[in-house]
Amino acid sequence: MKANIVIIGGGISGVSIAYNLAKKGMKDIVVFDDNYMTGGATGRCGAGVRQQWGTLMNCKLAKMSIDFFEKAQEELKYHRDVEFKQEGYLIVATNKEEDERFIENVKLQNSVGIPTRICTVEEALEIVPHLNKDIVTSAAFCHTDGHLNPFLMTDAYYVAAKRLGVTFYYREKVNEIVTKNKKIVKVITDNYEIETSKVVNAAGGYSKEVGDLAGVDIPVYSENHEILVTEPIEKVQGPMVISFSKNIYCQQVPHGSFIMGRSNPLVEHNHDISSTHDFLDEMSKTAVELLPPLGKLRVTRQWGGSYNLSPDRQPIISDTDQLEGYYIACGFSGHGFMFAPVTGLLLSEVILGEKTTIDMTDLHLDRFKNKTFKAYEKSVV
Amino acid sequence: MSNKDIIICRCEDVSLQDIHDCLDEGYTDFEVIKRILRVGMGPCQANTCGLLVQREIAKYLKTPLKEIKIHKIRPLVTGVKLQSIVENSKNES
Repeated sequence: MKANIVIIGGGISGVSIAYNLAKKGMKDIVVFDDNYMTGGATGRCGAGVRQQWGTLMNCKLAKMSIDFFEKAQEELKYHRDVEFKQEGYLIVATNKEEDERFIENVKLQNSVGIPTRICTVEEALEIVPHLNKDIVTSAAFCHTDGHLNPFLMTDAYYVAAKRLGVTFYYREKVNEIVTKNKKIVKVITDNYEIETSKVVNAAGGYSKEVGDLAGVDIPVYSENHEILVTEPIEKVQGPMVISFSKNIYCQQVPHGSFIMGRSNPLVEHNHDISSTHDFLDEMSKTAVELLPPLGKLRVTRQWGGSYNLSPDRQPIISDTDQLEGYYIACGFSGHGFMFAPVTGLLLSEVILGEKTTIDMTDLHLDRFKNKTFKAYEKSVV
Repeated sequence: MSNKDIIICRCEDVSLQDIHDCLDEGYTDFEVIKRILRVGMGPCQANTCGLLVQREIAKYLKTPLKEIKIHKIRPLVTGVKLQSIVENSKNES
């Protein structure tokens, strides 16, 4: 079998890259994923899409992605509903340092056209009345942030890419990337051998290992982030509520259930995605403290998934001088789902040698080699 | 009786017709059908519908039932209120 390009990873980044390449006319695109569709980080994420970031690059990427999500259903001609809901993200501050940082962040976001505004406690309570007003000091609100169903959004890209001729193999593991004279020759999977000169690493939590397969060094690691979902109830909360200092994100999805997560500061760097009792305890305490009426909700299920972290908590979307024809989309640091539209667009431009929509220097793998990166994204749960 | 009126997943209100549509679209992996239709995502975690869905997949693929992988069952075994978890954890410490 021959392919113009092999994409490793059929999560949201992989399907978006495949769709964008096929839309630009590329033929013989093959996608491999060793799991079922959305079995990796995409299907385990918190289903939020936001633009409220602390670095200029993340703001730009997020704004472009939201612009796409607004028309995704139509452009991808998807027959189910991707459940896009723009009811905002309310990011609450609980101390003076955050009050001040959010003012700076909002200025940055406004500079690229993201309509975030600072709210007083009273204004925040109008948006989410069941907030615990005793611990909130101020908030930032962006009404165009929101929610998307990760499974259906991935499927929407998958269906559209298939319609354009892309071939997908799920539950099919890539075991070898064969190179010769610093060029890619072929990719060997459990059941196939594909001659190709181009490979995309969109392997999410396993992108370091997929780098190693080709001898490409990528400075990322994975860690487990846990999450839970409650029983569904009638709609009581429009926006996602986040607090960095309290370590929580929590939203009510269109289905009616609440999805919430937090990070574990002591988590080890590995591929563990198990569920722990500690998470359940800490998550419950935090949720009930910040949003007291949620205490009455029953937890239905909990699970874990990998964040793939880069040194500056911003994505790596680039080619590399380590190997010709090898392209990278990883290190999303927990936000690969919401950046997927721009990931697919930008990497397809790089692969096809087109002029890129934005300057991608700060997304390049080389920023770590040369230590030229300056920004560091703090707005991460 | 129409397949639309035969409920397979009572928690998430998924009909036999929904399952057949999904299979016809080419999704024959239990984990994927779960994520598209929400079968098994409710409080019973597919205790009721799991075997029924598995049987429909087996019939569609003309494969023995035992070869059809079922989904991963996650904690909690039963719904527990967030407040109860908070109180229990206070009592323990």
